[in-house]
Amino acid sequence: MIGTAGIGRRRISRGPRIGYAILGVSVVPILVGYAWLLIASFSRRTRGLIPTTIDGRAGGWTLDNWSFVSDGSVYRATLNSTLMALGMVVGVGIVSTLGGYAISRIRFPGRKGVLSMTLLLNAFRADMLLIAIFFVLRALGATPLVGRFIGFDTVGGVALVMVSLELPLGLWLMKGFFDNVSWDMERAALIDGASRFRAWWEIVLPQVMPGLAALSVFTFISGWNAYLIPFTYTVGTGVSNLPVFLDELIGETSPTNWNQVAAVGLFQLIPILGFYLLMQEKLLNIYSGGTKGGT
Amino acid sequence: MKIELRRLTKTWGETTAVAGVDLDIDDGEFVAFLGPSGCGKTTTLMMIAGIYQPTSGEILFDGEVVNDLAPRDRGVGMVFQSYALYPHMTVAENISYSLKLRGVDKVTRRRRAQEIADLMGIGHLLDRKPAELSGGQQQRVAVGRALVKEPRVLLFDEPLSNLDARLRLTMRSEIKRMQTELGITSIYVTHDQVEATTMADRIAVMRGGRLEAYADPDELYRRPQTLFVAGFVGNPPMNIVDAQVVGLNGGFVAQTLGIEIPLPDDRSRPVVGRRSVKMGIRPEHILVGSGPFAGEVVLVEPLGREDLVDIDVGSGTLRALADRSLGIRPRDRVSFEINSAEVQFFDPETERSLLWG
Repeated sequence: MIGTAGIGRRRISRGPRIGYAILGVSVVPILVGYAWLLIASFSRRTRGLIPTTIDGRAGGWTLDNWSFVSDGSVYRATLNSTLMALGMVVGVGIVSTLGGYAISRIRFPGRKGVLSMTLLLNAFRADMLLIAIFFVLRALGATPLVGRFIGFDTVGGVALVMVSLELPLGLWLMKGFFDNVSWDMERAALIDGASRFRAWWEIVLPQVMPGLAALSVFTFISGWNAYLIPFTYTVGTGVSNLPVFLDELIGETSPTNWNQVAAVGLFQLIPILGFYLLMQEKLLNIYSGGTKGGT
Repeated sequence: MKIELRRLTKTWGETTAVAGVDLDIDDGEFVAFLGPSGCGKTTTLMMIAGIYQPTSGEILFDGEVVNDLAPRDRGVGMVFQSYALYPHMTVAENISYSLKLRGVDKVTRRRRAQEIADLMGIGHLLDRKPAELSGGQQQRVAVGRALVKEPRVLLFDEPLSNLDARLRLTMRSEIKRMQTELGITSIYVTHDQVEATTMADRIAVMRGGRLEAYADPDELYRRPQTLFVAGFVGNPPMNIVDAQVVGLNGGFVAQTLGIEIPLPDDRSRPVVGRRSVKMGIRPEHILVGSGPFAGEVVLVEPLGREDLVDIDVGSGTLRALADRSLGIRPRDRVSFEINSAEVQFFDPETERSLLWG
């Protein structure tokens, strides 16, 4: 592959150089967008990338847009966002690793059906299911004991819905990673004396950790940024997450203070940026597909 | 431990991988399962290991049926073709994983891993990961992992086929030496007849899921019971030609490829009266240099100590081993003799030996 670490030390030849040039040019608009977000969040107004005062002169730097950080409701939304995203990571992680393993390894009746059904379900947009899911959530909310945590207008309920929507991707992804783990390794563990579960837990699972890590990051990000599902199934700020909070900001302040929106948007971006910086190598794994150092 | 297979059968849907194999393996014996790929040898091994459940038939360890025992309860150690080491564990952890599962304490585990690793000559590599080892070292770890739990039977699934030729020779003799010293009943699956004949006490030749022959290497070589065994065991492979055996001047000759080969009594007697048979002549039993037959050399393959030459005798070719000092070149005309006391005869229909069938 062009530009991998393996050839890093060599002088970059012309081919990759052209590639880098194309890449560089194509990311410029995105970088400009982020630059605007940063500048706008600290200024009264902007013209292009230049911060201006209300009457159009250059300058006008301010911290006012960030005043929301002293308001408690943004932290409530942040907490909800975190809970939803982490709940999704845990839920999707557990179901995908167990289910992906079963689909990859065990021949059971209906295996093909499950595989194609999950793919088919993934083709439907979540919007189409909104009303149906509403009734499901209401019914769940009526169940004793657990109903308080997974029903309509609860963080758990929203997370549950998003987990199920994320599962087709998770199952297929993990199945692919499990497919790449050699049967012999698992057989060796069984012969060494492991039970099927222990062989899965101690031998097979460590081989798919890069896949699980990548899936976790993707799931976290999609949970963190989720808007439609949290917006639909929550009422009021008590259980709404950051994107919904952001939306309310746009709707309620009149006229919209875009610079404040930029500040909240940036605030919401910070953990994602951190995640990407920490995990980018693991994320690349998902495309190169598979474990390193395996036999 | 004594192993018995009784009408052992494995089918996958419509296809039959193993069809009614009967086999006895004595305590401490080294048996090779030999055959081309897809002959059912690995499937049989997997059933003995407990990975596959037999469709029908029985597997007995020391007289007890073990069909329903899980792999971990069978006391087997196995070495895989791919080594199947655990990539996320160190060499020491790989070797001692079975002890960990048994609840052996950490210190003892480390000590046992060290002992086994020393035995395998990899004692200095205990803290490396498998990816940091060469193929030969990985192979030794795999053998060590199989040995550490003191198994009742050792199973090898083509363990040397991923190694280069020189290393294969070394490992071959090491495994053989180790097996002899420890006296553990062993089954060794291979498609390489040289590996089988050099290592095994007895060889089970398999073909199409069936047991084709089961005998010691010498027996398979000298008295092959079927045409398949004759062609598969022995290197370079036996010449197989169509022949007629007819009486001539009070004796018998085999007519083939336009030549007549006089036969000794014990070879001709079972064959007399048959219009056409398959005759097998090993390359090492064709003596090039002088003799009543002649032909033109079409191909010379130097094997080091000898040359493998293809001789065109007019209506077909025979492969022979010739002394290198003869300096044979392509297009040379050579004379040769055939050691007819060693020729084999097979029924062209049943492919069974007419001499030993």
